[in-house]
Amino acid sequence: MTTSSPGMVHVKTTINGQAHELLVPPYMSLLDTLRELIGLTGTKEGCLDGNCGACTVSVDGRIVDSCLVLGAEVDGKDVDTVEGMASADGLHPLQQAFLEEAALQCGICTPGFLVAAKGLLDNEPSPSEGRIRHWLAGNLCRCTGYDKIIRAVQKASS
Amino acid sequence: MVATFEPKTDYKVIGTRPIRHDGYDKVTGRAIYGGDLTLPGLIWGVCVRSPHAHANIKSIDTSAAEAMDGVLAVITGADMPEALDKLVDLGEGNVNFKWASNKLMADDKVVYRGHPVAAVAAVDRYTAEEAARKVVVEYEVLKAVTNVTDALAPDAPIVLPDLVGDDLGEDVTNTNMAEHVRHEFGDVEGAMASAAHTIEREYNMQMVHQGYIEPHNATAVWDEEDRIKIWTSTQGAFAARTQIAGILQVDVSKVKVTPLEIGGGFGGKIPVYFEPIAAILSRKSRRPVKMVMERVAIFETTGPTPGGRMIIKLGADSNGKLTAATADIWFEAGANPGSVIGPAAMCVYAPYEIPNTRIDGWDVVVNKPKTAAYRAPGSPQVAFAMESAVEELCEEAGWDSMQFRIDNVSREGTRRGDGVLFSKIGMEEVLEAAKNSDHWNAPLGDPPLGKKRGRGMASGYWFNIGLKSSVNLAVNSDGTVTLVEGSPDIGGTRVAMAMHVAEVLGIGAHDVRPSVVDTELVGYTDVTGGSRTTYATGYACWIAANQLVDELKKRVGILWDINEEDIDFSDGIFNSKAESEKTIGFKELAGKLADLGGPATSIGNVDLESAGDGFGLHIVDIDIDTETGKTDVVRFTAIQDVGTAIHPSYVEGQLQGGAVQGIGWALNEEYYMEEDGSMANSSFLDYRMPTSLDLPPIDTILVEVPNPLHPYGVRGVGETPICPPIPAIANAIANAIGTRLYNTPMNAGSIMEALS
Repeated sequence: MTTSSPGMVHVKTTINGQAHELLVPPYMSLLDTLRELIGLTGTKEGCLDGNCGACTVSVDGRIVDSCLVLGAEVDGKDVDTVEGMASADGLHPLQQAFLEEAALQCGICTPGFLVAAKGLLDNEPSPSEGRIRHWLAGNLCRCTGYDKIIRAVQKASS
Repeated sequence: MVATFEPKTDYKVIGTRPIRHDGYDKVTGRAIYGGDLTLPGLIWGVCVRSPHAHANIKSIDTSAAEAMDGVLAVITGADMPEALDKLVDLGEGNVNFKWASNKLMADDKVVYRGHPVAAVAAVDRYTAEEAARKVVVEYEVLKAVTNVTDALAPDAPIVLPDLVGDDLGEDVTNTNMAEHVRHEFGDVEGAMASAAHTIEREYNMQMVHQGYIEPHNATAVWDEEDRIKIWTSTQGAFAARTQIAGILQVDVSKVKVTPLEIGGGFGGKIPVYFEPIAAILSRKSRRPVKMVMERVAIFETTGPTPGGRMIIKLGADSNGKLTAATADIWFEAGANPGSVIGPAAMCVYAPYEIPNTRIDGWDVVVNKPKTAAYRAPGSPQVAFAMESAVEELCEEAGWDSMQFRIDNVSREGTRRGDGVLFSKIGMEEVLEAAKNSDHWNAPLGDPPLGKKRGRGMASGYWFNIGLKSSVNLAVNSDGTVTLVEGSPDIGGTRVAMAMHVAEVLGIGAHDVRPSVVDTELVGYTDVTGGSRTTYATGYACWIAANQLVDELKKRVGILWDINEEDIDFSDGIFNSKAESEKTIGFKELAGKLADLGGPATSIGNVDLESAGDGFGLHIVDIDIDTETGKTDVVRFTAIQDVGTAIHPSYVEGQLQGGAVQGIGWALNEEYYMEEDGSMANSSFLDYRMPTSLDLPPIDTILVEVPNPLHPYGVRGVGETPICPPIPAIANAIANAIGTRLYNTPMNAGSIMEALS
């Protein structure tokens, strides 16, 4: 990493169920930790100020904008990203529903939406349309007008 | 001679909804977008940007940045090649390298806030950012102009001292007026003077941004052979190559552009920003250089669509027939010339047959980012003005505005405002579908307590473009077909291309495997823009598939020892005309090709002058909170002539996405400019695009009037749907509160003002 950095932070974390031991620069975001240090580029950069949700990941079951969390903060925590959603048995029902309902156009916001929607369905298996719209309001999509995203989440929830 | 096609309906693949091929990578995080690329030895580049919108650069001191540990290259405007004054066609709009180069990196003067003045490459992004802060620039700040009225005032600061404006063919100097165009047909003054009803209104709009979620990015390698390799998120790899080669002044063959997955563009990812800068940093550092743009810079420095001022005057006879119209349109170009006056003129009157028309358009340079294409560039603005004026004319004359639109509808043979005559279009069918729609016939219903409800409608139009596309097909031994195309897939076009091929070959959509490739693996292909990809690249796919059938008939001829002319092909089966029981399926044949002459491939190339015009109409119900001025969209229906919907889900998605961008533009989005030329709301938080919570479901009605210019009847669909929402919402607001708004955004503040 940077040649001019101060001391690194020793981080032990679990990412998508796999243990990682890392030396993270103290100023590095969780987003960059995932993308630059580990190579998990499925989590996307959109704004770097917590307003688009493209970088949404789950930390100990709670969804966060990973651009606003430091890599050093996930020491001892479980991080889940879009790369961890599908299993050996196949796609997560949300992923399958996004494909079937054409809920993505460019796809850059899709990983964030999937992780955020999973965060909802893990706790509330049958949310109303209004609840889904409210929950996903922190994730911006500029292509779809949200209609098909909401339908996909409804499909995966029923 | 332009080929025309008879409409068909008995399709096997067209009109179905297969899962997109690239979808699996996109829902699992495997898809590689521009920002995801890494290369051995990769370093990061960052721009040093002007904090002033208008200033002379007195000095730049890069020494502290260069001395920093981990910094590998620092460049300034002096490292950019002297730009050529040369206009080049990029498909959807022209670029003059002189301005394109100046926009990327200032020479001795900055003309918009965030204008790059230097760039730094370092071992990582954080180090590069730190180094960029150490570049010291001394400015002489000049007064900025940020709107068309101020820019055209007699004592206005001149943004570009060497600009020579074109005023109806006359050269003008010492001006911010880059171009004045006019289209005039019939006796406009006479018709207006004798009109029974006239209306004249002025409309003002603020600049808005495309708002794609993926930041601009570029990775460059300038190698020892002086070949430049670029990986980027672009709407057109070839258009990017043209710009990069032109700005760096090398032959196009020296530049290879690989389009990675693209996270939205809407027209804004046709211009290049970082690509030439990353290339120069790479030449200096001899390392691969990657750059990813910060969101503030995306708002402040990349192409929004113009705001401006419009005056519309309409004249109609006592029977409710339009007789005359005039439009005066002033659009902001941004800091370099070239706004979308031309398309605005093409679109302003398009839904109507009007015998006498005049349009005057002015392209005005201001100290704001250079505008770029944004979904039907120029059309939403004039739709806001025209459709508001039509509605108000009907209100004043006591006419039903749906009937008025039907009575004045444009159809085949109608002359557009710029003189072009329409071929077969579907505006009549759109109006009929709208008139018969559930939404239009549903009672408005009562709003919740404290709110006022209104309904509005408006039409919209985009001409769509054709242009150049090239595709290659190759048959695999397992009966699948490899499809190689040059159109970046911004919203599900790979699957639409595969469906074009599958329909011809009688195989499944997933038996065709589409890939978007770099500029060295496919023939020249224009941008994904102008709603052209499914139309033109799809057309090229159809040509290539038919050529493949011809090629495969030769192979069947070898197999059966008969002439290829004696072989028929339909629904994936070749059969002998003489012996009808003699057949072979596409897949079986594919497995035998190794012994029947070897590889079977084909190419489809098109350069299409015409495309097929797209018309739509949207209906919206809104509730306005009379205490806060907040507008809620409670029901929305988008109706559009889509020609033939190849993959209806993605066609619906275009209508829904366009409608929502229009809703954001109508109600909230704007460049809120400070007097010094800085944008006060340059973050997603403050710019405030619509979220899922702000919206109802967006219903769609696909009207299919097949386009005779395409083998399956495709019309472009992506752009038309951003045009109607702004006037439809303006009309709904007027319906709800009895007061009309003439400026965008029609936000809570404007509504409170109107209510008081």
